[in-house]
Amino acid sequence: MTTPLSTPLSTLRWYGDLYLTMARMAIIEQFQYRAANYMYMIGMVAEPVVYLVVWSVVATQQGGEVGGLTPRTIAAYYIVWTLVRNMNIVFTPFGWEQRIREGQLSGQLLRPLHPIHYDLAFFAGWKVVVIVMWLPIAAVLAWLFRPEIDPRLSQVVVFAVAIWGAYLIRSMLLWMLGMVTFWTTRVGAAFDFFFTAELLLSGRVVPMRLMPDWAQTLARYLPFESTFGFPITALVGPITDAELVEGLIRQAFWIVAGSIGVALMWRRATKVFTSVAG
Amino acid sequence: MRLFLIFLRIGVMNEFQYRINLAVQLLQSLIAVGTGLVVLALIFQQTTTLSGWTQPELLVVMGVYTIVGGIVGFIIEPNMGQLMQDIRMGTFDYLLTKPADSQLLVSVRQFRLWALTDVVVGCIVGAWGLASMSATVRPVDAVGFVVFLGAGAVLIYCVWLLITTGAFWFVRMEMVQELFQGIYRAGQYPVSIYPTWLRTILTFVLPIGFAVTFPSEALTRRATVTWALVMIGFTVALFVATRLVWRIGTRRYSGASA
Repeated sequence: MTTPLSTPLSTLRWYGDLYLTMARMAIIEQFQYRAANYMYMIGMVAEPVVYLVVWSVVATQQGGEVGGLTPRTIAAYYIVWTLVRNMNIVFTPFGWEQRIREGQLSGQLLRPLHPIHYDLAFFAGWKVVVIVMWLPIAAVLAWLFRPEIDPRLSQVVVFAVAIWGAYLIRSMLLWMLGMVTFWTTRVGAAFDFFFTAELLLSGRVVPMRLMPDWAQTLARYLPFESTFGFPITALVGPITDAELVEGLIRQAFWIVAGSIGVALMWRRATKVFTSVAG
Repeated sequence: MRLFLIFLRIGVMNEFQYRINLAVQLLQSLIAVGTGLVVLALIFQQTTTLSGWTQPELLVVMGVYTIVGGIVGFIIEPNMGQLMQDIRMGTFDYLLTKPADSQLLVSVRQFRLWALTDVVVGCIVGAWGLASMSATVRPVDAVGFVVFLGAGAVLIYCVWLLITTGAFWFVRMEMVQELFQGIYRAGQYPVSIYPTWLRTILTFVLPIGFAVTFPSEALTRRATVTWALVMIGFTVALFVATRLVWRIGTRRYSGASA
């Protein structure tokens, strides 16, 4: 494979080919692990079901709604949650230690493209498998919890875009987090703090509108909501078209910021990197 | 019993080589509990009780949840993980040749000492909840708590071993751990808040209700004698069944590697 950078169009096609090939490989590979993938997904469903039940009970006790959410809109929120959560699974920052230790990076450094493209393409292909496998799970959950969902066309379109935006942003965030491993191996604690902040300020545990005002304000300056709460609310609502656009702009901002961050960190990281494995 | 103590001593000595992990584990326990507390605070900003449970009572539930999680992480999870790996790699063969009961052997080989930080943190949270409750704990409640906690741990062990034994038939079972950890989260709240079908699953199929909610009910004066008998009967029955399945499984086992 050469690096044909002659015209913008051929470059684009070259990237497209790479992504398609990587994604196709991931699709074929991951369909073989159907059972394992399913076990994993079912284990993951427990978390939103707990939140769903808890908040439904609260809503029922408060006379049918809490913060404008009824048990049925809460059900919709957490069922869409399961898909968005799956879109949020990307290369784990804990994996960097292994990558560095086992010398996988040395090979990747020789490739003509920035290594993030391989991760992005591979996990994107996996997502296709995940979405297909998610549909029956969603159907069962919908049958059990009777969600109320009535999106406008604009909501559906924005949702379809936003889940991929969320995927991109989270990929880059975790890449940056993982790259800290280049400088120190004691990263567990830092990761834990990051994930806790994310858990609380993304809309994962509770829809952001149930958080105190100061937390909602704080979340507006952080990328987490763009990766989680926004895509869900985009589909479940209530949300205006202006808010949909605003959410997409926020996502675009974080994608640009993330790309710059990854590029800068990567350049420094490869300077401190010394290959260890043979 | 002697075997258990020997393994325990080796396990503890082994873990003491990695003292820094204590700090890491402690931090993780605190973060997990802290997150739980934040969520509880959010819930009780909107309401005063959750299905009849007050905030201090739910603190007790969270304490018990953390304690049971610590017990699982200390002895059950490491042993079952090791067993699954042994079956897959074929090293399980060596274990069968040892002159001791194989089920006992696979159940007490590994210990993750630092998981006990969860037990400590859980006790603190639970005690805090009990202290802020209006009712006091009678001796009978305390006894019930200890009995239920023990029976609950045995139940979780049985279910986990049953599923792991499935590896004799289907080799790929690594995801069991993920699955269990996911579903275990449901124990953070009393099972009475869940819809009936889910409550039944969480009580009799994946006995998190028995393991977490029952001990908490003893402490908050909700336990009844009838249910106590049901739980103890169920524990005994499941233990016997597990023993049987283990026997059949080991007899069927024919070595995974060449």
